[in-house]
Amino acid sequence: MTDLMITTYIVVGATFALYLYIALVTRAKNTGEFYVAGKGIHPVLNGMATGADWMSAASFISMAGMLAMGGYDASAYLMGWTGGYCLLAMLLAPYLRKYGKFTVPEFIGDRFYSQTARLVAIVCLIIASLTYVIGQMKGIGVAFSRFMEIPFETGLFIGMGIVFVYAVLGGMKGVTYTQIAQYVVLIFAYTVPAVFISLQLTGNPIPQLGLGSTLSSGDGIYLLDKLDKIVVDLGFNAYTAQKGSTLNIFLLTMSLMIGTAGLPHVITRFFTVPKVKDARSSAGWALVFIAILYTTAPSVGAMARLNLTNTIQTGEVGSPEGNLSFDARPQWMHNWEKTGLLGFDDKNGDGKIQYYSDNGLSAAEADLATARKEGGNVAAAQAKVDEASAKHAESKFASFGWKGNEVTKVDNDIMVLANPEIAKLPNWVIALVAAGGIAAALSTAAGLLLAISSSISHDLLKGMIAKGINDKTELLAGRIAMAFAIIVAGYLGLNPPGFAAQVVALAFGLAASSIFPAIMMGIFVKRMNSAGAICGMLAGLGSTLLYIFWYKGFMFIPSTAMAPDNAANWLLGISPGSFGAVGALLNFVVAFTVSSFTKAPPEHIQHLVEDIRVPMGAGAAQNH
Amino acid sequence: MNNAQKYWQANIRLVIGCLLVWFFVSFGCGILFVNQLNAFHLGGYQLGFWFAQQGSIYIFVALIFFYAWRMNQLDRKFNVEEA
Repeated sequence: MTDLMITTYIVVGATFALYLYIALVTRAKNTGEFYVAGKGIHPVLNGMATGADWMSAASFISMAGMLAMGGYDASAYLMGWTGGYCLLAMLLAPYLRKYGKFTVPEFIGDRFYSQTARLVAIVCLIIASLTYVIGQMKGIGVAFSRFMEIPFETGLFIGMGIVFVYAVLGGMKGVTYTQIAQYVVLIFAYTVPAVFISLQLTGNPIPQLGLGSTLSSGDGIYLLDKLDKIVVDLGFNAYTAQKGSTLNIFLLTMSLMIGTAGLPHVITRFFTVPKVKDARSSAGWALVFIAILYTTAPSVGAMARLNLTNTIQTGEVGSPEGNLSFDARPQWMHNWEKTGLLGFDDKNGDGKIQYYSDNGLSAAEADLATARKEGGNVAAAQAKVDEASAKHAESKFASFGWKGNEVTKVDNDIMVLANPEIAKLPNWVIALVAAGGIAAALSTAAGLLLAISSSISHDLLKGMIAKGINDKTELLAGRIAMAFAIIVAGYLGLNPPGFAAQVVALAFGLAASSIFPAIMMGIFVKRMNSAGAICGMLAGLGSTLLYIFWYKGFMFIPSTAMAPDNAANWLLGISPGSFGAVGALLNFVVAFTVSSFTKAPPEHIQHLVEDIRVPMGAGAAQNH
Repeated sequence: MNNAQKYWQANIRLVIGCLLVWFFVSFGCGILFVNQLNAFHLGGYQLGFWFAQQGSIYIFVALIFFYAWRMNQLDRKFNVEEA
């Protein structure tokens, strides 16, 4: 066993021991504590737990990589995944806290006096949460297999066991306190390497300022200017320049914002604070803790891109001495090549690595190889390669003797994980990053599983099927539902359906197009009735599902896609992931139209709406 | 108009004001006018790029706390605070 592995085992083991200890101390004794932690969590602590709940493996591992490769265009994720908290704080959280029940479907069912509405909400919630949790389970498995060098499956089982113990035992109360510990671990793990790297490159220890500073090595040139210049020299688009269409970036940002505010496991968190005014400030605290990571991520992304490019392009572009030689490549490259997430191919046989934009030549060659292997249309693929190589022959790169991009594979996800190795940081920092990634995935998985189990035991079982069950039976049912959800999520994590990466768009699309508009109209539009709300939800849900399936295939079976998934085919250039905002708009339009032709909601519902609009009289946990 | 309706109206005005700022810093400065703003600089950041990757997030945080503070004032003014 290497020193790094021993350190990793110690650090990860210590964090696990901490989580389990907290779960034992804070275990839930009744349904109130199981679903909403008895509504006694201080708003700052609740904000911290919400931060851990919200920041998943995608935020921790993938986002900086998307920024590194996407540059300005990836800003949609930064603004979308933070701006949603403004909507949550101002449009939903305080009123739902005043209403004072346990789950999102419960509010929708009561407000629209309809079991159908409640059922639609339950279905949306379960699909959105389950698709999201698959990704977390996969993230746990990957983190274990990379850093502790145990098989993927074993890592996944350990992760499942840990979640099982503290989520089933502790319920919301245990999960909340564990998430506070996990937040501390993950934010420490994210910022420490960023501080080191910012210090190395710019001399400024604060990454947010380092990104806007001059390089300590260059003659007063700004980091971002240098990055723009070097990537443009290599044929890529400038890092800070816009690449996609403005409409699509706009709608993607909007969809992610509305989707964030509509995700049930996030909304539920605001049921856990003592008072209505705490729900308002708790959203602010959650965003403070999230912003620490989200404002650091752009620095991590840009600096990783600069470091990666500088490692390979060691000198003047085009000079024979300007590129890293294959045999001299650093150890971290060897490590990641083994995982298949990083790949090289010395196409021109000069023993050096060239990393540049060959304008689609490598992609066309890869397509040709696939077509040959799987018996596709070889002639068409060959024609594309010929066209791309004719274009390449006219570029300046051909005159250097380059024959295509030799970094054949660089997965976005390696950026954060490899960062400390690229910057040659000590072992304990690398071990910390492993623990942080696992903490991010575990905390989100627990929150999602709790949302699923409460909607099954509380909404489906107690609310619709067996109305007479007592508190104790319901608690038991909640625990069984949770155990069952963990097993399903674990199974799907082991056998991820081919669409695991695409379902995130689905989760946000559903939350944005169905859940958010329904809750918002329930609070702000007193005249909204059940027919309007149900038609609206179905219109939003249906149009979004149809649009995603049209390009991704029905039920994500690729052969059933109706049109190729690229910008030329999209309606007005809107990508499937950006359609949630359009779905939400359709939801509002249909709901208003239908409700204006149908009967106003009954008197007691109108009183209910008036009541949730004022904080006075909010009680403690109610259970029907 | 009774007290609760007046309170609700004040609340709506506040929310609309806050959401206008929310829209302006993210969709306005960060997306629609990003190229125009990029002509200006904030240290090594182009201004539009800074709004998209840093500034809008800081303003979101400030906006929520401002909203929470103003709402607490309104709760007291209209006497609808929780016990």
